[in-house]
Amino acid sequence: MDLDKAGENVEEDYVLEVDQLKTIFRTEDGDIPAVSGVSFSLKAGETLGIVGESGSGKSVTSLSIMGLIPKPQGRLSGSIRYKGKEIINLSEGEMREIRGNEISMIFQEPMTSLNPVFTIGNQMVEAVLLHMELSKKEAEQRAIEMLRQVGIPRAEEIMKEYPHQLSGGMRQRVMIAMAMSCNPSILIADEPTTALDVTIQAQILDLMRNLKKDFNTSILLITHDLGVVAEMCDRVIVMYAGKIVEESDVRTLFKNPNHPYTKGLIKSTPRLTSEKQRLYSIPGNVPSFKEMPKGCKFVPRCEYAKDICYKNEPELVYVGEDHKSSCWLNIEQAPSIEEDAS
Amino acid sequence: MLAYTIRRLLMLIPVLIGMSLLVFSIVHLIPGDPAKTILGEKAPPEVLDNMREELGLNDPLIVQYKNYMVGLLTGDLGRSIKTKAPISQEIKPYLAATIELTFFAMVFAIIIGVNAGIIAAWKHNSWFDYIAMLVALIGVSMPVFWLGLMEQWIFAQKLNWLPSIGRANILNPIKPITNFYIIDSILAGNFTGLKEVIKHLILPSIALGTIPMAIIARMTRSSMLEVMKSDYVRTAKAKGVKEFFLIYKHALKNALIPVLTVVGLQIGMLLGGAVLTETIFAWPGIGKYLYDAISMRDYPVIQSGILVIATMFVIINLIVDLLYSAIDPRIRYR
Ligand SMILES: Nc1ncnc2c1ncn2[C@@H]1O[C@H](COP(=O)(O)OP(=O)(O)OP(=O)(O)O)[C@@H](O)[C@H]1O
Ligand SMILES: [Mg+2]
Repeated sequence: MDLDKAGENVEEDYVLEVDQLKTIFRTEDGDIPAVSGVSFSLKAGETLGIVGESGSGKSVTSLSIMGLIPKPQGRLSGSIRYKGKEIINLSEGEMREIRGNEISMIFQEPMTSLNPVFTIGNQMVEAVLLHMELSKKEAEQRAIEMLRQVGIPRAEEIMKEYPHQLSGGMRQRVMIAMAMSCNPSILIADEPTTALDVTIQAQILDLMRNLKKDFNTSILLITHDLGVVAEMCDRVIVMYAGKIVEESDVRTLFKNPNHPYTKGLIKSTPRLTSEKQRLYSIPGNVPSFKEMPKGCKFVPRCEYAKDICYKNEPELVYVGEDHKSSCWLNIEQAPSIEEDAS
Repeated sequence: MLAYTIRRLLMLIPVLIGMSLLVFSIVHLIPGDPAKTILGEKAPPEVLDNMREELGLNDPLIVQYKNYMVGLLTGDLGRSIKTKAPISQEIKPYLAATIELTFFAMVFAIIIGVNAGIIAAWKHNSWFDYIAMLVALIGVSMPVFWLGLMEQWIFAQKLNWLPSIGRANILNPIKPITNFYIIDSILAGNFTGLKEVIKHLILPSIALGTIPMAIIARMTRSSMLEVMKSDYVRTAKAKGVKEFFLIYKHALKNALIPVLTVVGLQIGMLLGGAVLTETIFAWPGIGKYLYDAISMRDYPVIQSGILVIATMFVIINLIVDLLYSAIDPRIRYR
């Protein structure tokens, strides 16, 4: 009995559980498995980072959760549970109740994500009215209050302005205000700062940290900037070519990375402490889905590759407490990487 | 917005001057003697000379231009050679007839075209989409005169539902006040007359509106398809906006911007006088007026008619530009 209860509690802790998510795009040149078998879960109030190079499937993962993958080209399978409820392939009507209300999203493109022909006020009020039982007046008040909370000066005037009158940083703030306006349980932020300059970037991250503190919002933070991850996240997922290659808490990932790809990512992050030297970059590129290797997807770029790596795909296995990695070097009891590299 | 409107109005002045100069040049600089063209090669010299005097052709060109411009500025378009009546008066009912017909043709074209385009884009690759686009394709390639004749044959001759020619019932004539029969019949309180006027408008409006409708439908569809892929429509969807509002609010207002250009051009074309349609439906419009003038070689009428049509074209363009800035806030601040 007790055990059962404990099990239930663990279940309840998660606001989002993604299990074996596969998202495939049907195109004229064949199927593109943009996400192939991704599993992770998100606790209440937790910030989970997803990192990976361009094209690794980060945005597709987040769009899949939001039910925003364009149909019918995009096909989803697997399971996405929100607070225990299956939401994958939910009907449009049911999904609408969740979008913006329970799960909100900030997009990668702040410059084009607001509608150019409606005022900020119009778009903010619309978001509030969709999910809250408020009068127009109250919704306006709420919108102004949200804009103030994300640090927008002259919020009342901004309400009457159009997106093109605002800078990129301001637009992204508006997007955050809009996403947060109905107190969602989960905020998916898809590279919220990539398009912005560094000072603005720091402000936006600060803002998200405060929102999380104040409202206990869970955040799924997508980025390819490990600096942002170190600063913001509790746990991290590393994605490569549509798969998770490593998952751990943030300290472990930086102190003791396991997967060669993660190591490469960390090595290629500029650091102030190290003496001036040429910045490392992982050799090669993410393979296109057409020429995807049969075994480990990272094998063409991996300096530790062995025969087995070319033949079979490694599974994601525990390599420590709460630390998973998918690399043959762990599984085959291979010689340690340090020895190999020397 | 006001400053922009005023600026645009001021910009009209050089355009109109240039246009009048162009029309003047075309009529006066083309080789040949208008008097001879009008009266024929065999006309006696003194008759020809009278005609030249009457047309003011004996004055130096610069004086002719001055007289012409002074006339224009005072609203004097000269007199018709055939009827001797002042053109500015004579042209009014024709102009009103054309504007009234164009208005209804475009209302038909816009309402059907825009909605068909929206639904075709919304239900992209559905049977509605295929049929709508097939109809649109047939619509743009159908000769207007043939469509007009078919309409008359089916709805007037066979079914006898609608009148096939003219603007009003001869037995219930409309007393012209503004020359817009819809307005005039209402002003006169003549509601049976109004009903007749509307009935008379239906067939020619459809004949004239079909090509614009097809063009508008295709433009709306492609523009909507483009906009529906945009990031801001995705944002709206991520907020939980209902599909209807995604389409009719977020996407449509953006998609209408290119559609507006097409609508403006089409109105301009229709106002230019749809000679064929007006002939088939015996519609006393500007096209018919000009056609008659050309066959009679009535030079002053041709010249003024072209000028009036060109002016309307310019005005429509202005209205379209003002509508742009009403729809798209980015234009206002440029
Ligand atoms: N609608 C679509 N149709 C076909 N392929 C798509 C579609 N959307 C995404 N893809 C493909 O899916 C793959 C993953 O794309 P995704 O946008 O998730 O990458 P990402 O990790 O977010 O990269 P970035 O860091 O550049 O944002 C890419 O190869 C992309 O071409
Ligand atoms: Mg992305």
